[in-house]
Amino acid sequence: MANHQLNSGNPRVDIEYRRKKNAEDMRYQIVSFSLMMFLTLIAFAAVAIKGFEATFIKPFIILLAAVQVIFQLYYFMHMNHKGHEAPKLFLYGGVTVGFTIILTFTTIIWW
Amino acid sequence: MHVEEKFTHETWPASPEKATLEAKNKFLGFWFFLGGETVLFASLFATYLALKDRVPNTHQALAKDLFELPLTFTATMLLLTSSLTSVYAMYHMKNFAFKKMLLWLGLTVLLGFGFLGLEIYEFNHYVHAFHHTFTSSAFGSAFYTLVGFHGAHVAFGLLWIITLMARNAKRGLNLYNAPKFYVASLYWHFIDVVWVFIFTVVYLMGMVG
Repeated sequence: MANHQLNSGNPRVDIEYRRKKNAEDMRYQIVSFSLMMFLTLIAFAAVAIKGFEATFIKPFIILLAAVQVIFQLYYFMHMNHKGHEAPKLFLYGGVTVGFTIILTFTTIIWW
Repeated sequence: MHVEEKFTHETWPASPEKATLEAKNKFLGFWFFLGGETVLFASLFATYLALKDRVPNTHQALAKDLFELPLTFTATMLLLTSSLTSVYAMYHMKNFAFKKMLLWLGLTVLLGFGFLGLEIYEFNHYVHAFHHTFTSSAFGSAFYTLVGFHGAHVAFGLLWIITLMARNAKRGLNLYNAPKFYVASLYWHFIDVVWVFIFTVVYLMGMVG
């Protein structure tokens, strides 16, 4: 397998380019971490501040969780990088089955 | 490029986690496993949602009696931060900085132990202060199965990362262990993904009522 990054004939130049790219990638990670922290704080605040209707809070915090998980998957777990077609298939396959289970259990089961 | 090859900063590949055939297989297989884990946790969430607050008599504690914001918040902050520290570890792995990677993995492990300690305290508190146990109600069974399964994943993740660090401490980074570290960090992130839904669906929605 060729090391396709070393293509300028000068390893020094390539190293600097890759370092810069990794550092840039890391900056996006920090931004997404800040956003995740922010979403978490909003979710906790929505529950801590008593005064909102439960019918509003519940869908609202679930939406916040879904957004946060997308950041986690696409940035922290690198699903935004190339070569993640199969992981997406596996994960979304699991999510589809899992969503169906949750839908079933919360609608068909009653006591 | 083979697994035993010695690398330098300059020869280290850009995507060491996928540089060998074994690494590619590991990467693919692990994501397949995570797809299965998604189904596992979804079914535990479904069970919890169906059995939430189903208790045999009025003396038993319900979700809104049990959960407290400060504890859940602290646990969430610990686990969320540990997800970031493991991102830092993989950043240093890609830059062939083995010592720095170990340092950040060490931080991840410490934060993980903090989270696990809080969870043990929490379960102990529920059992002794509320008599909320695995067998006290359907609610109790569903709660401890879901949150306990997640806690077991945290414990396993900690063991996994510690073992990798100890086993490879003298070896340094190569294409044999880089994919192992990468996959372990994916597992750690997945644990955080599950926790995001646990703190939202179990704790926050439980407190709302």
